[in-house]
Amino acid sequence: MGSTGRKKNGVKKLRVTYAHMGTSTIVFKSMLEEIGHEVIAPPRPTPKTLSLGVQYAPEFACIPFKLVLGTYLETLPEGAEMIVSAGGYGPCRAGFYGELHRRILREMGYNPKIVFFFPPLKKPLDFYRKLVKLKQGGSWVDLYRAVRKGFSQLRAVDDIEIKSHETRARELNRGDTNRAFKKGIDYLEEAKNLKEIEEARSEGLKALEKVPQNPDFEPLKVGIIGEIYVQLEPAANFYLEETLGNMGVVPRRTIFLTSFTRRDVVTHGEKEAKERARPYIPLVIGGHGQNSVGDVVHFAEKGYHGVVQLAPFTCIPEIVAKSIMPHLSKVEGIPVLTFFIDEQTGQAGVETRLEAFVDLMNQQRGNFSA
Amino acid sequence: MKGYLGIDVGSVSTNLVIIDENDNLLSSHYLRTRGQPIKAVQEGIQEAGKDVPDNVEICGVATTGSARRLAGVVAGADTVKNEITAHAVAASHVVPNVQTVLEMGGQDSKIIIMRNGVVVDFAMNTVCAAGTGSFLDHQAARLNIPIEEFGELALKSKHPVRIAGRCSVFAESDMIHKQQTGHALADIIAGLSEALVRNYLNNVGKGKDILPPIVFQGGVAANPGIKASFEKALGEEITIPPHYNVMGALGAALIAKRLMGQSSNPTKFLGFELSDFEYEASSFECKDCPNHCEIVNIMVGGELLARWGSRCGKWDQLDEKRTG
Repeated sequence: MGSTGRKKNGVKKLRVTYAHMGTSTIVFKSMLEEIGHEVIAPPRPTPKTLSLGVQYAPEFACIPFKLVLGTYLETLPEGAEMIVSAGGYGPCRAGFYGELHRRILREMGYNPKIVFFFPPLKKPLDFYRKLVKLKQGGSWVDLYRAVRKGFSQLRAVDDIEIKSHETRARELNRGDTNRAFKKGIDYLEEAKNLKEIEEARSEGLKALEKVPQNPDFEPLKVGIIGEIYVQLEPAANFYLEETLGNMGVVPRRTIFLTSFTRRDVVTHGEKEAKERARPYIPLVIGGHGQNSVGDVVHFAEKGYHGVVQLAPFTCIPEIVAKSIMPHLSKVEGIPVLTFFIDEQTGQAGVETRLEAFVDLMNQQRGNFSA
Repeated sequence: MKGYLGIDVGSVSTNLVIIDENDNLLSSHYLRTRGQPIKAVQEGIQEAGKDVPDNVEICGVATTGSARRLAGVVAGADTVKNEITAHAVAASHVVPNVQTVLEMGGQDSKIIIMRNGVVVDFAMNTVCAAGTGSFLDHQAARLNIPIEEFGELALKSKHPVRIAGRCSVFAESDMIHKQQTGHALADIIAGLSEALVRNYLNNVGKGKDILPPIVFQGGVAANPGIKASFEKALGEEITIPPHYNVMGALGAALIAKRLMGQSSNPTKFLGFELSDFEYEASSFECKDCPNHCEIVNIMVGGELLARWGSRCGKWDQLDEKRTG
């Protein structure tokens, strides 16, 4: 399929796609459109996505690799010409995933332009070249505007999502929060400029505030740690946050794209988490392994009742982190439940464990009723 | 006299326990689920009813196990509880100072760590089916040995062979290789017991503080070979409670008693004559949004009794007429 041709502001308009990552998807869509591209929006991963990914991925690659590959295999046949994604560095395999995706796709007869962003301060020149590739002849000012708008939209998405987690645990009628949340996200999707984004954000928060809640209910608070993709994509984590919310728990994950972009791409810090992790694990183990350890300490300090660790099966950084959990949990006095995520799609096993975990936390705070 | 019923519907067995207000066991049943949980619950309740003296009135019902929700609808449960909590409640009832509960059932195995009667940690097998009752069942059938004798045979072994325990597929091919090179059956079965225990401790029990007293329960606790392997691997004595194979149901009965004992509300129990009802389960995929939830309907005599499976919750309202 040929290119879509030129736009008048100088951008060579391409059909662009990217991996689906929770609600952030709507932001990438508007950001890329703002730059001047046409967007082939990735669908939320389904069992079909997983099957496609599993079929063409190496057997022992992790579930994020397979789901992302499956997603590309759904959007490329629709005519996507460029893939935009982010890569990691350090000893986690994800650093090679972009290249591996490229080769697998090429063998299958697809030859999209691929732009994988790595943290800019690690390789500034590489980052610059990729921005040039992304803007396809457009002006730097336009690119800056698009990114700025995208950022504020992302922040608004995250604000609304955090609010929805607080609301769901106390809602009186199941489903009210989901409906209010969707309303907020729909407003944001339509917002055209910074002013409209701010309006959409406050309308979304208002809709959530209107959800009838039980003011006397004191929900449990659970931190969610682990690998970025399985944290951010509900379709990959059994809708963990929603499931916990329905059990009367306020979940708080450690990774939001806004904090990730702030901490991982622009500055390569995450210093706090790493500082807290130091007594347990003083060296870089790749991925978010070190953060997972430091974040448990953080949640314990903040008075959370428990932590759920999400780890793709065979994920080395999270395996290392998990092996520290029993000791960490004892020293910090906070229970930790780990889920290794692979091809299973059965929700029942996850619910059983979460229910038992909620019982455990309630017992520990001393108001367990059978 | 008041009685409390606990029902545990697992993948392989459906268990029922009735206790009186002093926690005495009035009835205990272990049935095979055979892929038909509704029928198993109906049969079990009818059987249990025969054990109970006329002066006992059921004042509370709790269900647990992977079909707990379904069983809860069929029996009329006052509460529905996960099996991890149910097993912990039962174990600490039988051995009040228990610190470790090893549980091996049909499709899953779990470990529960308790301190001062409170669950502090637990794990269930996730990505691997090795170390569960179904696999032992399958191997016993393949070797043409009744499952009841499987464990005894392992105890006769003097030199257990090494079997790969990481994965049930590897274990089976390893067993076949050893059998074809002429190893004694007892040594192979003992090797399998050790492999399962090794895998369990390495997978489910990884990093857990396994302190005595240790209670071993679930259907697999009937197997003395596995018990012996656990004792060898842990260097501790292991207690198998008298009702090891219905501990989930016992836990549920105790939970029902705790909940309904002080309550003035009447139980929702539908009675021992359930087997007269014709239950029908059906499902459909809701296409109202991209979630495509699979909705399950439970019908009795053409009337909708319960429905679940929707993420948005709208199908939980029974007045939504559509059933498929």
